[in-house]
Amino acid sequence: MSETLTLQGVHTHIGRYHILQGVDFVAPAGRTTMLLGRNGAGKTTCLRTVMGLWRASQGAVRLGDKTLSSLAASEVARAGVAYVPETMAIFSDLSVKENLTLGAREGPIDDARLAWIFGFFPALKKFWLSRAGSLSGGQKQMVSIARAIIEPRRLLLIDEPTKGLAPAIIGNLIECLKEIKRGDVTILLVEQNFRVAREVGDLVRVMDNGRIIHEGEMAELAADQALQNRLLGLSLDSHQ
Amino acid sequence: MSATDVGAALPRAKLEILPALAPVIVAAVAAPFIGSFSTFATLTLASLAMGMMIFTMASGLTLAFGMMDILNFGHGAFIALGAYVATVVILPLTAWADADSVGLNLAVFAAVLIGAAVVSGLLGYVFERVLIVPVYGQHLKQILITIGGSIVIEQLLYGLFGPAQIPISPPATFHGSFTFGEIAIEKYRALAFVVGFAVFLGQMLVLNRTRIGLLIRAGVENREMVEALGYRIDRLFVGVFMAGAALAGLGGAMWSFYRGQVQASMGGELLVTVFIVIIIGGLGSVGGCFVASILVALIANYAGFLVPKLALVSNILAMVVVLLWRPRGLYPVGGR
Repeated sequence: MSETLTLQGVHTHIGRYHILQGVDFVAPAGRTTMLLGRNGAGKTTCLRTVMGLWRASQGAVRLGDKTLSSLAASEVARAGVAYVPETMAIFSDLSVKENLTLGAREGPIDDARLAWIFGFFPALKKFWLSRAGSLSGGQKQMVSIARAIIEPRRLLLIDEPTKGLAPAIIGNLIECLKEIKRGDVTILLVEQNFRVAREVGDLVRVMDNGRIIHEGEMAELAADQALQNRLLGLSLDSHQ
Repeated sequence: MSATDVGAALPRAKLEILPALAPVIVAAVAAPFIGSFSTFATLTLASLAMGMMIFTMASGLTLAFGMMDILNFGHGAFIALGAYVATVVILPLTAWADADSVGLNLAVFAAVLIGAAVVSGLLGYVFERVLIVPVYGQHLKQILITIGGSIVIEQLLYGLFGPAQIPISPPATFHGSFTFGEIAIEKYRALAFVVGFAVFLGQMLVLNRTRIGLLIRAGVENREMVEALGYRIDRLFVGVFMAGAALAGLGGAMWSFYRGQVQASMGGELLVTVFIVIIIGGLGSVGGCFVASILVALIANYAGFLVPKLALVSNILAMVVVLLWRPRGLYPVGGR
């Protein structure tokens, strides 16, 4: 069952750098919330802080009623959070099957769930026993996402899934994300590609300098070019 | 192009045979210089036994380094401890060790190995909890504290057992040699090869056929992601560190029989070879460690026979050559 993610006054320091400077936002249950912003705005840090990979120095992160900000990454994951990092972080020396087996923490992989994933990532079936490191960039991204959803999760954190992928593959990935959205899961998705953001996102949060500077419906931002220019310094049209 | 089509361009995985053939190539190059086939065969078979013992000592260290980036310069202490435990365990079993019975002799040998592994493994647990945990992620402190820890253990061994070398010999069945024509194979070396190879097979079985092994392999490649998947890698690491210490102790016990003597400084002396092996093999790679152990042993024995003056530095030269050829070692772990 999906849960609402709440960040309240979250600060994160990395070494002597103060990256998140009081982040407040809500990602409602069962909705897809886009986290947008310029490079260096703090989006990835935000996701890693939610995941427990970096510890919030101040503030609270909650999933439903459960406080995540005091938990280690493994405990955050066990609370029902799955993470698809920007680097994909697949285990390249392991096979596709082994990567997904690790994602299935509760036991053997559920056949029906796997069939559902193969439905939108058929390449994974084809290369099931192949070494993951030998796959193409798009296929590695599929492994990374499939590993995150191989078991039902309450919250899915996805960091720039289309980064470095060819446009044709991005089109497929959008369809896959839409399919995942149909499941009962809260999604927080960092994305630089506005086409993806517009097609997949329900809500949007825009970050700058470690703070949330805009919250609203994704459709509203997509329709308001002046707002895009003001918030992101870019026209959405240039990223179609 | 659709998501399914992209697979058509899948590059073929390279078959990494050449690094595994490195020992064969070294043997082939050395053979004409050695001249006599029987000498060559004797040296080569002796090297295999030596390589298996080095592998036993090194394999745990490479996994520990691969998983947590722990620079454990105290690993030699576990080797020395294993050797001393061998002297302690075999003492009350001398009658069995000297008996004219293969069964009793094997039982003594097994008891020695189990005792060495258990005691070293337990010390490994204490070492990890007390010394390593406070310095996770701090390489300089790791080097200092693990060297300090090994000095303390070494001095404790001197204090308990005295500074003199303690002679030790394997059970009676393993004295002497098998001879095939002019080729002589020491019985103990044959046994050491069998034990070392069994350790290798056991490790490969665990790493490739169990969920724990899957987690270890994943952890060596990207421990952060293993954590993010919900696994407590620090707990897993304690187990790997203990297993590594136990194997070091087991290897130390085997080495003591091989050398016929035990002294507290033996761990530190072997540590250099162990580090060379895990660097040549590729940090975190058990398969690479296996190949590198054989390679290092072959080169040491061939150099000792052909150019004795080079024997001391032969392993370092081998490491330089291998790293020039493959900078991340024979079998680098992905992402490292």
